[in-house]
Amino acid sequence: MSLMDNLKMYFQYPFVRYAMIVGILIALCSSLLGVTLVLKRFSFIGDGLSHVAFGAMAVAGVTGLSNEMILVMPVTILCAVLLLRSGQNAKIKGDAAVAMISVGALAVGYMLMNLFSTSSNISADVCSTLFGATSILTLTLTEVWVCAVLSVIVAAAFLFFYNKIFCVTFDENFARATGIKADVYNLLVAIIIAVIIVLAMNLVGSLLISALIIFPALSSMRVYKSFRAVTICSACLSVFCTAVGILISILSGTPVGSTIVAIDMAAFIIFSLAGAVRR
Amino acid sequence: MAQLSVNNLSLGYDGKEILNGLSFQVTAGSYLCILGENGSGKSTLMRTILGLQSPLSGEVSTGDGLIQNEIGYLPQQTAVQKDFPATVWEIVLSGCQGRCGLRPFYRREEKQLAAENIRRMGITELRNRCYRELSGGQQQRVLLARALCATRKMLLLDEPVSGLDPKVTGEMYRLIDTLNKDGITVIMISHDMEAALRYATHILHIGKTVFFGTKQQYLESSAGKAFTGKEEM
Ligand SMILES: Nc1ncnc2c1ncn2[C@@H]1O[C@H](COP(=O)(O)OP(=O)(O)O)[C@@H](O)[C@H]1O
Ligand SMILES: [Mg+2]
Repeated sequence: MSLMDNLKMYFQYPFVRYAMIVGILIALCSSLLGVTLVLKRFSFIGDGLSHVAFGAMAVAGVTGLSNEMILVMPVTILCAVLLLRSGQNAKIKGDAAVAMISVGALAVGYMLMNLFSTSSNISADVCSTLFGATSILTLTLTEVWVCAVLSVIVAAAFLFFYNKIFCVTFDENFARATGIKADVYNLLVAIIIAVIIVLAMNLVGSLLISALIIFPALSSMRVYKSFRAVTICSACLSVFCTAVGILISILSGTPVGSTIVAIDMAAFIIFSLAGAVRR
Repeated sequence: MAQLSVNNLSLGYDGKEILNGLSFQVTAGSYLCILGENGSGKSTLMRTILGLQSPLSGEVSTGDGLIQNEIGYLPQQTAVQKDFPATVWEIVLSGCQGRCGLRPFYRREEKQLAAENIRRMGITELRNRCYRELSGGQQQRVLLARALCATRKMLLLDEPVSGLDPKVTGEMYRLIDTLNKDGITVIMISHDMEAALRYATHILHIGKTVFFGTKQQYLESSAGKAFTGKEEM
């Protein structure tokens, strides 16, 4: 059987189609804010939030909620807002607060899973929450819709506020001085990041989310010189790498999340070389 | 009526005072140079004028048709910008953002304004270049063009020539002087006594003793004598 036939066969299964759709949507959204995150030194917040989402997921699992999002989403958004505040507060160092919250959430989450889990194979549960093992392949139609709607909202918000996000990312003080409500846009960015992280947990698991957000941005920053080109390139690159990653993992049975991240890394190496040649 | 009035202002961080009882006025078309030692609070004063931080007491008010959001600002360079991927055009255009309100895109007249200010700064050929690849002097011109997009009336410049070599420094000062001659009020922080005395109409000297007055008054005052005397030694 040729590769094409093989793929055709897989795509007859709805779960494969769902995985592809959701994967592409998440890849698109997560790459949009990558540049802002990297440049505003917000990337550590993304990292911390993914641990918080893990903890919240564990709690949601233990309490037996039918739809985990109901708990995970608000908790992660709340933490995003708190972390942003603490980052602006000179007294508590921002990164120390992030470290505290993220390590705490990890520990509590793992403990709860161990204490209360009804599942027979806890380490497999933990592993799949951390690395996204198979959850992308077990999506229900409802989850696909939730993901699609949230992705559209995130992408629309980004497009609508693109110029303002640029202004605030490039020079927050100047933006404030000309009357732009920088706090509002910082908050918006934090909330969008929280939403993306919760969405992306399905795809790559909570440990690998930062990679999904940051790699495409870092790669395109190596080659392109305008904010617009970098943004467009990271979106395309992210979608491409994710699609390829999902295909490879379906065909060869590798874990979805780590395959995608591995391809993102490969792209980063290629782009770095290209950038070096160009210079 | 003055464009900017500072009344009995006291400023600082977290309730800790750096400077108090500061009062002065800036009228349209003047060129005010703010002098003082490192750490005396010059940047803090500028940030307070711009509303980036609130005063501990006293007030800053604008008048004579000037609105606070319409002040152009050239900040001391921040670290973020060092590796920021953005073209000159994108950065200068972002100076118009304050006029946009919630509108998500730039109008044609805003693009024209940006192009006009790029030309005014003599950086037309750099328009599509990446900001991070420019020299220090070119970067300052870009930021100055951006500040001009935000204002037609008043510019606040925080050490616009720091890190530039003497030739480029001279060009920068002349450029700022031209803008002032075109009718834009300039408030500039500088360490450069000579340039201050050459271009400024008014001097504000902050530190242990505070002085505000015209250049002439400054030269005759004890603060000025002490400062210029030190320069000569
Ligand atoms: N964010 C801040 N928090 C607390 N203190 C600050 C902050 N920024 C500056 N300072 C202090 O305020 C004083 C004045 O700083 P600044 O206005 O930057 O001086 P200048 O621009 O005249 O060199 C300095 O002693 C500095 O240590
Ligand atoms: Mg300063």
